[in-house]
Amino acid sequence: MAAESFVKNLKKSAVAALWLSFLTMPIMVIRVDTVEKTIAWRWMHLVWMLVGSFVFALAWHFLMDRRDRGGAATDANVEPTPSRFAVWLANPRVNRPLMALGLLFATAFPFLFSVYQTNILISALIYVVLGLGLNITVGLAGLLDLGYVAFYAVGAYAYALLNHHFHLGFWAVLPVGGILGAFFGILLGFPVLRLRGDYLAIVTLGFGEIVRLVLQNWDAFSFGPSGVSNIDRPGFFGITYSVDQATTYIYYLALLGVLLAIFVSGRLKDSRVGRAWLALREDEIACQAMGIDNTKAKLLAFAMGATFAGFMGVVFAAKTTYINPASFTFMESAMILAIVVLGGMGSIPGVILGAFLLMLLPEYMRAFSQYRMLLFGATMILVMVFRPQGLIRARRKIYKVNINTVDKA
Amino acid sequence: MSETRRDAVLSVRNMSMNFGGLRALSEVDFEVRKGEVVALIGPNGAGKTTFFNCITGIYAPTEGEVLATARDGKTRRINGMRTNLVCELGMARTFQNIRLFASMTALENVMIGRHCRTREGLFGAIFRGPGTRREEQEVVDKSYRLLQKVGLENVANEYASNLPYGAQRRLEIARALATEPFLLLLDEPAAGMNPQETLELKEMVIQIRHEFDVSVLLIEHDMKMVMSLSDRIYVMEYGRVIATGTPAEVSADPEVIRAYLGEESDA
Ligand SMILES: Nc1ncnc2c1ncn2[C@@H]1O[C@H](COP(=O)(O)OP(=O)(O)OP(=O)(O)O)[C@@H](O)[C@H]1O
Ligand SMILES: [Mg+2]
Repeated sequence: MAAESFVKNLKKSAVAALWLSFLTMPIMVIRVDTVEKTIAWRWMHLVWMLVGSFVFALAWHFLMDRRDRGGAATDANVEPTPSRFAVWLANPRVNRPLMALGLLFATAFPFLFSVYQTNILISALIYVVLGLGLNITVGLAGLLDLGYVAFYAVGAYAYALLNHHFHLGFWAVLPVGGILGAFFGILLGFPVLRLRGDYLAIVTLGFGEIVRLVLQNWDAFSFGPSGVSNIDRPGFFGITYSVDQATTYIYYLALLGVLLAIFVSGRLKDSRVGRAWLALREDEIACQAMGIDNTKAKLLAFAMGATFAGFMGVVFAAKTTYINPASFTFMESAMILAIVVLGGMGSIPGVILGAFLLMLLPEYMRAFSQYRMLLFGATMILVMVFRPQGLIRARRKIYKVNINTVDKA
Repeated sequence: MSETRRDAVLSVRNMSMNFGGLRALSEVDFEVRKGEVVALIGPNGAGKTTFFNCITGIYAPTEGEVLATARDGKTRRINGMRTNLVCELGMARTFQNIRLFASMTALENVMIGRHCRTREGLFGAIFRGPGTRREEQEVVDKSYRLLQKVGLENVANEYASNLPYGAQRRLEIARALATEPFLLLLDEPAAGMNPQETLELKEMVIQIRHEFDVSVLLIEHDMKMVMSLSDRIYVMEYGRVIATGTPAEVSADPEVIRAYLGEESDA
């Protein structure tokens, strides 16, 4: 059986390799030199092409077979039993020390590494929070929001403009950013209450673009494409400090933000509200038929996700001290969504992992920066084919039943 | 037509439902009384599920009136009422094509049913004070007890999608019961069950009716179950109620025999 399918795969791969080599021959093999008026036949390229595509196709078929042999386990409707690694990781005896270690490392980071590294990590931390925020809207409530960056922009501009015009400090504007984020979340939520899936995605995408275009074109309000500069760094009890110290300070702020975001979204996930979101994602009609107010649940999900982005917008503006609309393009929304999808919809550790992978890998692989988008796209496709549930699958909480009260009844 | 009896929990008068040119329900009069088990039967496409959708607010009926008398004794007109409010009022349903929340555990599915009977909000969820914790524990315990009632306590932490078919149907019933209904609406609860499971289901419905003091309205194709379980039966064909009465009356009705022998020979 296995041998049979292996031979079949060999044949398929050989055919694929032959075809690809044939099709790409004109560009891969023949080289016309117009200056010397000669034609070079680079047959070696053909061999490379053949071998390369054959190996690639074989690997692909092998992986597909393995996936299909998993059978029901990869069926989207069936929850597989967790892998042994996942069980091991879920054990508090294992993950508690790991988390403590991670936190210790994170705390010591600015003293161990350069300011440059710290700055990179701040961006990653901001994206962790953004990912966790979008994870509420998309991962838990299942509302595909492609304009998420708009709320980030709202927070950032709230701080930039209030600081520019009224010299309000970071701490004064931070709650304002969060509240404005929530407000805009509800503003977006209302018109899209009845929309689902693709339609919802299109409208939210439009919303994101509207916010960006308004910021870009309304010179009198937002200073247009040139943006706002000289934004104050966060105050620290009126003490003045150097730029390097500011980086360290903002790093700890971002870290605190991440911890808070983990805490809040963790609590929400396993609460009455979070379960309602999940039910909404799983089956809107059944959800409503079981007495859940869909409207309320949806607006709450939009508002909650947007609040995270509003807060982080303020932090972002304080970090860079300069913002313009170019920081809030659709690419950012797509990136945050990719973090959620790659990491695992609804899974908090998954989203954290996703954010670090997508934010840090490109930084440390500058050598491949030309191929950045190519690698990004290829990674996403591979993940979607082989791990549609994301790197870390969301697991549901096991509730502890109070046996005594149950027995009494 | 008939006067609404004092003990009716659901009374539908002259209800019609049009889908464009298709008249799926036509001038339906219907009544369920307190404590009754009423069955709604009829050939495929007769409009039974549409009837459920109309009285639970999923569709707004084109014409007619739906009145429900909740546990508080007040009678309200509920046509076009939002589905979640109908449920909150006390009419809970199951679905013909099972609609569980697949990636939630069996216990959580039942816990969703408790949603409209609990109040914990956003801040309660985040700060998880003693009040919230008490309410959560109550939800968990009550839901677990309901799982025990339908015999699913051993799979409480299994994902709903991993349960066998019969168990999924029973889980839907437990989920509906969690909303504390006065009227339980079951859309083909025995579909896809083997005879043994159907028998157990019947026992369960009888027990639930007594224990939870609910009226039951069920759509069902299994005649043996319908005949032995229900107090009264409504027969529907092409969106009209063609007969109503006790099982004995209905099975002797020439109209019903014609409708069934014409369409389905196993009646
Ligand atoms: N949303 C809808 N739009 C248009 N037509 C519909 C809609 N829902 C139901 N119908 C039509 O109404 C009729 C009654 O359908 P319904 O599902 O109520 O039948 P049923 O009695 O439940 O049948 P079954 O025993 O097969 O479940 C069918 O002809 C169906 O096609
Ligand atoms: Mg039906």
